[in-house]
Amino acid sequence: MDAAPSGLAADTATVTALAARDEAAFARLVDHWASAMFRVARCHVSTDASAEEVVQDTWLAVLRGLDRFEGRSSLRTWVFRILVNTAKTRGVRERRTVPMSALAPAEDGPTVDPDRFRAADDAYPGGWKAFPAPWPSPDQGVLGRDARTAVVDAIRELPDRQRAVVTLRDVHGFGADEVCTMLDLSPGNQRVLLHRGRAAVRARLERHFGATARWGATP
Amino acid sequence: MTDGLTCAELVELVTDYLEDALDPATRQRFVEHLALCRGCEDYLDQVRATITAAGRVTPADLDPVPRDRLLGVFRDWAGDGPKV
Repeated sequence: MDAAPSGLAADTATVTALAARDEAAFARLVDHWASAMFRVARCHVSTDASAEEVVQDTWLAVLRGLDRFEGRSSLRTWVFRILVNTAKTRGVRERRTVPMSALAPAEDGPTVDPDRFRAADDAYPGGWKAFPAPWPSPDQGVLGRDARTAVVDAIRELPDRQRAVVTLRDVHGFGADEVCTMLDLSPGNQRVLLHRGRAAVRARLERHFGATARWGATP
Repeated sequence: MTDGLTCAELVELVTDYLEDALDPATRQRFVEHLALCRGCEDYLDQVRATITAAGRVTPADLDPVPRDRLLGVFRDWAGDGPKV
C-alpha cells in the first residue's frame, strides 16, 4: 500500500492538524491504518463486530489523548499500541483469555504438494518431478488486476492467524518485530505463519497462471 | 552431495531465508542448492513475486473500512469541548 507520511516531523504535523480539528488529516490516517487495525484487533477479540468497535474506541482514545503523544515512538506505533491494549482488554472481557501464542500451531506438514517431488527410492529423492511452470512477466502476471483478485481471494481464505500475519507483513508492510508484538507471537511462530500463508497465496497464483496459460494458449 | 538440501526441503526454508533467519551453515546449503537448481530458483522468484503482488493489494479489499462511522467519531470529538 502507499506509505503513510513518516518521520517525527510528519507525525508532529499530523498531531497538530488533528488537534486543530482537521478532518482531512484524520481521514488520511483512517485510510492508511484502519484496515490493518481491524485485522490486529480481530486476533484478540471473538467477532468482527467486536473488532470494529475496538477500532472505533481506539480512534476516540487517540483523539482524546493527542496531548500525550510525545514523539518517542512513531505515531503509527503509538496508535497501534493503544489499539492492542484496547483489543486485549476487550478480549479478556469476552473471556477469550488464551493468547494466540499459547495455541499450538494447527498448521503442520509441507506447504508444497509432496507429490511434486521425487520419491525416496528415486535417484534424486526430494527433487522436483517437474519444475514449477514459469509465470508471465510481472506486467502480464502478478501486477495484473486478475492476479490481484486471486491474491485477495487467497488471503481471505487463509486461517485467521496466517491471514493476519500475511496481511500485516506483506500488504501493510509492518516489520516482523511489530507483528510479533501486536499479535503476541514468538519470532519463530510468526515466520511459520508467514511461510504457510505465503505458500498458499503462491499456490493460488500458480493455479491462476496455469489456467491463464491454458485459456490463452498460443502455439 | 550427502549434506545437500533436497528441493522438497528447500521450499520449506524459503521464508526463513528471506527473513534472514537461517543459521550460516543452512544458509550456505540453501544458496548452493539454489545456484544449481532452476526449479528452486524459479520457486523462490515466485514467492518474491507473490510478496510483491500482496504489496499491491488495496487493504480495503481485504478489510473494508467503515470510513463514515470513523469520521463520525472524529466529528463527535471535534465538536466536543476545547481543543487539546
